[in-house]
Amino acid sequence: MRNAARRIYIILILIFLYAPIVTLIVLSFNASKSRAKWGGFTLQWYQSLLKDRNILNALWTTLTIALLSALFATVIGTISCIAIQSMKRRNRAIIMGITNIPMLNAEIVTGISLMLLFIVLKMNLGFFTILLAHITFNIPYVILSVMPRMKQLNPNTYEAALDLGATHLYAFFKVTFPDILPGILSGFLMAFTMSLDDFIITYFTKGPGIDTLSTKIYTEVKKGIKPEMYALSSIIFVAVLMLLLLVNKTPKEKKV
Amino acid sequence: MNKKLLSLPYLFWCAAFIIIPLCMVVYYGVTDKTGAFTLQNISAIATAEHSKALWISILLSFISTLICLLLAYPLAMVLSNLHVNQHSFIVLIFILPMWMNFLLRTMAWQTLLEKSGVINTFLEFLHLPALNIINTPSAIILGMVYNFLPFMVLPIYNVLTKIDKNVINAARDLGADSVQTFIRIILPLSLPGVISGITMVFVPALTTFVISTLLGGSKILLIGNVIEQEFTQTGNWHLGSGLSIVLMLFILVNMVLSAIFDKDGEGSML
Repeated sequence: MRNAARRIYIILILIFLYAPIVTLIVLSFNASKSRAKWGGFTLQWYQSLLKDRNILNALWTTLTIALLSALFATVIGTISCIAIQSMKRRNRAIIMGITNIPMLNAEIVTGISLMLLFIVLKMNLGFFTILLAHITFNIPYVILSVMPRMKQLNPNTYEAALDLGATHLYAFFKVTFPDILPGILSGFLMAFTMSLDDFIITYFTKGPGIDTLSTKIYTEVKKGIKPEMYALSSIIFVAVLMLLLLVNKTPKEKKV
Repeated sequence: MNKKLLSLPYLFWCAAFIIIPLCMVVYYGVTDKTGAFTLQNISAIATAEHSKALWISILLSFISTLICLLLAYPLAMVLSNLHVNQHSFIVLIFILPMWMNFLLRTMAWQTLLEKSGVINTFLEFLHLPALNIINTPSAIILGMVYNFLPFMVLPIYNVLTKIDKNVINAARDLGADSVQTFIRIILPLSLPGVISGITMVFVPALTTFVISTLLGGSKILLIGNVIEQEFTQTGNWHLGSGLSIVLMLFILVNMVLSAIFDKDGEGSML
């Protein structure tokens, strides 16, 4: 009885979380252009998506920024973790406090603060400024997922490698790196996801003439969202879902 | 020495892209167009229009945070009692929706909530009264709860899974019933996660301008909308920055509270 209640509760929450997603997938097959009514099943939006330059450009921008910002954030974040780990307690507390600022601060404040910086520096708002902004809010996610791994490390193994004649770099890649790799990977994934889903910070740091999927959708909200957008999001979502199911399945099979 | 050098890129990055930009917001907030010092941009929060926006924002974000907490705590309890090795899978379930664009997901609620939308059709089928909440504050609250619920679930879940089962067993051995165990053991130990969750939900809810635009029918102005308009439409950056400073004060209080209750960063999301 209690178990049934628990299961029903989880299912209700999952319905709540996934109902809009199912709605969007259904809308991507809707022949009617209106969100409000069902006009029959069609695949036409998937076809016209392939010809829609604007959307494909926005997709390309979004993916490049997500990939580059996640990569840079992962490298900077991982290096910083090594440095933070060897710091004195007080300095570590200060730097972790600063690291938390972009996560705890309001996105709108982070967005306008970066916009003011870029404008005062007379930088052209565009791809590069969006990238810088995304790296900035991504680094904390990397640090927060690598740091716990770093703390679990046995410092003696690294020193043993040094004693046995390894250089710092060699010892890092042979000893430390494999141990913190899961943290680095989940940090990268988290950063990529956050960058992909970001709207507010991109909105303030982008200039005219460049759009990510989010900012494109926002400008379309008032005049009606193109159904191709639903088609594209459905493809992305299903692709990611498949990928994750695949990744999640492999280790289980190994155990058996 | 070597390792000290490693911190330089990040220290530079923090200074250039976190500290200096925030100082610039403060600078713009306390100056006027001629560059002279003024507190008018900050005291502008007291005008009827702005204080109303702030008050609605606080009210709506407070209610959403409370609903998130009430929904998330039992959920996290249930999830933490599932098999231990599914940790990453459970985190995934809550991160996965983020791969569908946040604006589209919020828009989808319009389709679900509309007068003749999916939910009302379903309610009608069950002969239940229709739900007319689209373009009302309730729809904004729903949007906030929907978007920020994962930020409440994950920290609480993480803290709950870390509680040593022996502590709970010890309490039971010493004669505590399940309610006592919960109040005296589980709840206090999970507090860091709860506090962190509250921060993670309250701040974005307080400062959002997107959810109110999409689900509030642009009739309801939150403080986030006011600031956004100052920057993108009216073009009065000084006033926008001044109001942002007020917003940051709220966030600061929140950060200090979470630092006091969650010293070791136990309640992190990841």
